[in-house]
Amino acid sequence: MTLSPSPVRPRRAVRLGPWSVRPAPRALSVCLGLVVGGFAVAVLAISTGEFTVPVPDVLHALFGQGTPVAELIVGKLRAPRVVTGLLVGAAFGMSGAIFQSLTRNPLGSPDFIGFTAGASTGGILAVVSGGTAVHVAGGALAGCVATALLVYGLAFRRGVQGYRLVLVGIGANALLVAVNSYLLTRANINDAATAGAWLTGSLGGRGWDHAIPVGVAVAVLLPVCAYVSRPMRMIEMGDDAARAMGIDVEGVRAAAVVAGVLLCGVATAAAGPVVFVALAAPQLARRLARSPGVTMTTSALTGAVLLTAADLAGQRLFAPVQLPVGVLTAAIGGVYLALLLRKDRH
Amino acid sequence: MPESAARLSGSGLTLAYDQRVVAEGLDVTIPDASFTVIIGPNACGKSTLLRALARMLKPRRGAVHLDGSVITSLPSKEVARRLGLLPQTSIVPDGITVADLVARGRYPHQRLMRQWSRADEAAVAEAMRATDVAGLAERIVDELSGGQRQRVWLAMALAQETPILLLDEPTTFLDISHQIEVLDLCADLHDAGRTMVAVLHDLNQACRYATHLVVMREGRIVAEGDPSAIVTPELVERVFDLRCEIIADPQTGTPLVIPEARRRASAPAVLAEGP
Repeated sequence: MTLSPSPVRPRRAVRLGPWSVRPAPRALSVCLGLVVGGFAVAVLAISTGEFTVPVPDVLHALFGQGTPVAELIVGKLRAPRVVTGLLVGAAFGMSGAIFQSLTRNPLGSPDFIGFTAGASTGGILAVVSGGTAVHVAGGALAGCVATALLVYGLAFRRGVQGYRLVLVGIGANALLVAVNSYLLTRANINDAATAGAWLTGSLGGRGWDHAIPVGVAVAVLLPVCAYVSRPMRMIEMGDDAARAMGIDVEGVRAAAVVAGVLLCGVATAAAGPVVFVALAAPQLARRLARSPGVTMTTSALTGAVLLTAADLAGQRLFAPVQLPVGVLTAAIGGVYLALLLRKDRH
Repeated sequence: MPESAARLSGSGLTLAYDQRVVAEGLDVTIPDASFTVIIGPNACGKSTLLRALARMLKPRRGAVHLDGSVITSLPSKEVARRLGLLPQTSIVPDGITVADLVARGRYPHQRLMRQWSRADEAAVAEAMRATDVAGLAERIVDELSGGQRQRVWLAMALAQETPILLLDEPTTFLDISHQIEVLDLCADLHDAGRTMVAVLHDLNQACRYATHLVVMREGRIVAEGDPSAIVTPELVERVFDLRCEIIADPQTGTPLVIPEARRRASAPAVLAEGP
């Protein structure tokens, strides 16, 4: 008999009539922890700031029973920002999980394979051609989708192999970053400043008109993500292994790519190209839950908490100086990536 | 055609990757409850044929039939409940335990709202018992030896509970003792009533374990049948370009191929006399 340090608790099934699930206990408690953590960060972000609204008043105002001042600050200024942050973080987290799973590679996230850079190109083009915020958001979404089509098309050869997608994507990313720099150098100083601010990725001044489109997109794409998440886990073992299990590999992959691209595009449209959330959230979630491969739910929750926490830190850490959330995620993400590579060396 | 008799067969198969045609006009029938082994020199199309039988590769012409229906016309998950495949290489998900990997074999039996029935639990336990990996249940698959890992993959395929199981070179990458271990396991599964189809490299192992041998060369089936009836020095020379003599395997009585020595030793007759 070989005794091993048992790293996992045995999983028990939960059955009710013909229905049955078998949740991993650790993943379940991690999800619960993230929900509680996310709620705490959200309440803290709404309650504190230049004008403190005590937590009970926050709750009252959220349910429409607060003082007019509290309702203005909570309902109009702070809540939409927090909600946008939660949704954008969740969207980036799920998008990252989808592409990391499809490419079987942590570096396969949309930040690295050009999708975010393509969204930036679209956004900058909208800024330099004098577009409004709506145009910038539309440009970002269009840029993301166009880049995805290009990368996917170039990588396609009898289906898409993960490593080809990563290689083509890295090439496209380099090209688009160069295009973005060129556009900024050619733009007039005001446009360049506006575009530069947008490019960092920020949740500053986000209202319900930002939060609602992301919310709708997430609500629509969530069922798609839930549907593809189980077959995607099988595809991670290889296309033949998945097909032998009766999975329509190309169909699942196409649905996943569409969902992943739209999530990334919508999130970028709302908050700008916030880097590293799509990369770090799925990997962080995987390590927290000790799950085999990346998983959708934990990645979404981790992304949401990560982004809102980073935004809160950006607002408070160097107050009264307000740092855009993209600066924080880039700093955290850079450190995290270094640690990840260091750990993988062993 | 004996097509109606057998559950799995292919007729008039032209198999190709892009423009490269690997095989043309192949007719093959997998006898029910047989242990069929497909063998032939490298690049003869044996793995391609197996992939076509497992509907991994769509034939350019002709069709594979499963239980009387064209295999591609059946719902994919339905096929996966009747016919299993162990691919040549699969990727082990990072940090997955043996029990969790074997449990993935239940996918074709599960639905979004029925993810872990009692039947799933029983099938996984039985698959782990049959492959002798129950003691490794909570171990991480990445940390196992090659032989153990192959038994885990087999357990996953078994958990699928298909009456027909296809194996693409299941012994490649294993040392000799683990090769025999895996083949003995396959023979046990065959004895338990499954139809087994495997692509193998070693002719002597094929002769020992197969009840039905399919011999291929350059995309054609050159011979098929009981190994004892079809494996002759002429066949081996025609298929593998190897001059040899054939003796009875001292353990099983099945054909044993002894390649002709290029440089004869001083006493050349020793081996030929045998027991």
